[in-house]
Amino acid sequence: MVRAPSSGGLGDVASSDSSLRRFLFGLPGVDQVGAEARAAMLFTRSIKKGSKVWALEQAIRMIDLTTLEGQDTPGKVRALAAKARRPDPSDPTTPPVAAVCVYPDLVGVSVEALRGSGVHTASVATAFPSGRAALATKLVDVAEAIAAGADEIDMVIDRGAFLSGRLLEVHDEIVAVKQACGGRAHLKVILETGELSTLDNVRRASWLALLAGGDFIKTSTGKVSPAATPPVALVMLQAVRDFAAATGDVRGVKLAGGIRSAKDAVRYLVLVNEVAGERWLTPDTFRFGASSLLNDLLMQRTTQRTGAYSGPNYFTLD
Amino acid sequence: MTGSDERLAVLKTYKLYIGGKFPRSESGRSYAVSDAKGRFLTNAAQASRKDARDAVVAARKAFPGWTAATAYNRGQVLYRVAEVLEGRRAQFAEEVAAGEGLSAKRADAVVTQGIDRWVWYAGWADKLAQVLGGANAVAGPYFNFSVPEPTGVVAVLAPQRSSLLGLISVVAPVIVGGSTAVVVTAQDRPLPAVSLAEVLATSDLPGGVVNVLTGRTAELAPWLAGHMDVDAIDLCGAPDDIHADLERAAADNVKRVVRAPLGGEPDWTAEPGLHRMSSYLETKTVWHPMGV
Repeated sequence: MVRAPSSGGLGDVASSDSSLRRFLFGLPGVDQVGAEARAAMLFTRSIKKGSKVWALEQAIRMIDLTTLEGQDTPGKVRALAAKARRPDPSDPTTPPVAAVCVYPDLVGVSVEALRGSGVHTASVATAFPSGRAALATKLVDVAEAIAAGADEIDMVIDRGAFLSGRLLEVHDEIVAVKQACGGRAHLKVILETGELSTLDNVRRASWLALLAGGDFIKTSTGKVSPAATPPVALVMLQAVRDFAAATGDVRGVKLAGGIRSAKDAVRYLVLVNEVAGERWLTPDTFRFGASSLLNDLLMQRTTQRTGAYSGPNYFTLD
Repeated sequence: MTGSDERLAVLKTYKLYIGGKFPRSESGRSYAVSDAKGRFLTNAAQASRKDARDAVVAARKAFPGWTAATAYNRGQVLYRVAEVLEGRRAQFAEEVAAGEGLSAKRADAVVTQGIDRWVWYAGWADKLAQVLGGANAVAGPYFNFSVPEPTGVVAVLAPQRSSLLGLISVVAPVIVGGSTAVVVTAQDRPLPAVSLAEVLATSDLPGGVVNVLTGRTAELAPWLAGHMDVDAIDLCGAPDDIHADLERAAADNVKRVVRAPLGGEPDWTAEPGLHRMSSYLETKTVWHPMGV
């Protein structure tokens, strides 16, 4: 458990580069072997019957249905939006997903297609996926996505700055993007854990993003491997839990990249429940960034409903 | 050191064969296998419905690659299987003799017939298209071709009595045409099938093209018959009392059903004919304008 450095809470931590550094490097180190063992142990837990049905349905509600390809077209985004509204047309009881996640230029198409459905439109921004652009460019990127109607922004941190120790620069950039969101959009901060090399760095980057005002911390862009892994998820969930304990402010975690099977999704939900707490088992505080995961969830849900194993032929190709 | 020169027995663990790997059953279960006289032989893995599910996923994954292989290549791979089978005759003869209660000489003859049957099917790989397909006569400036195409994932309930020759006679025709198989072995005589899996794993056959499940046929069959991602099912070894149920379940996704032979298991030594191969092939007919 991380305690606030002074009785004044965490407010003054980011007042200078040195105090930010002192705080982030003063965080307890992550026992990598322990984190891997704990995550692996929680992954073996078996979820059956009613709990499984609940978990599958909740996982569907937590999905950010994502398409981030150079070949994306308005038609593809509309198809995805239709799927987001009603993931399984053969079963009207299937809940809609949380959001559709697209590149900024397709936000307008997605917002239009999702109008009235309650499904959010998330947009990646800030020179996704590398984050290598001037701050002004990144802010324009964000402003355009918001002007087009995005209500969630997935930004990437400047990993180069983070790894070379320019922590305040990373912090201030997140603050600037948060300001650009102007209360109209949720901010998810992508740490790109695959490039941070150690779990200690993941913990520091998580805290950095939370201190700077990120509403969610997100593992990856999906363009770098490894993406979401169980130990990384564990460390990030600990960060939001400890942040909530220190400040009373509940923030979320989004896992993206590499989660393709319903079985894995349910295992991650176990991790959320055991590490962060039941409080986090909602789409407001936990998300999966995924595309192919949804079909597997629908397939397993159908299996639970009909009692016969289903196949990929019965679900859309996205 | 005790100084004892008695050797520690190295016993074989009979496992499943799924996606090119040899896992134990997901359920952790195993069951005792006896010889024809009821004496204990060994324990074999008892597959659960989830193993069947995993096997179907593996077979589906292997299907595109196996189908895309040229017929000639498939024939070569199957022939390679026969070569490796030949090198392990003694082991198969022993297992067949124990399981089916045959004399050593008789068991050896069964193994020979099994290998010959496999070679016979291997030879068909690049001849099926000529025999079952063809260029159709049309009254116009077109070509019109009929081409046999593999059905997909086939669930095979292997014959209960003939544990090697029968098994080969139902598995080879599935894969020769380019389909992939999930095989439920003879319940009480599973050992030759497990050894066959070891042969398949070491003879160029891509993992997942054949998956072998040992266990209770009556437990696994309904899940495979009802599985929406299985395209055909061979009911050869299904218990008599559940045939109708299996066919009903198979109708849900319009599986091709190959019914069990009337009057029990046939004489597997007889010339098999094309029936089993053509059962897992679908004819695609295409028009093709000439010239262009």
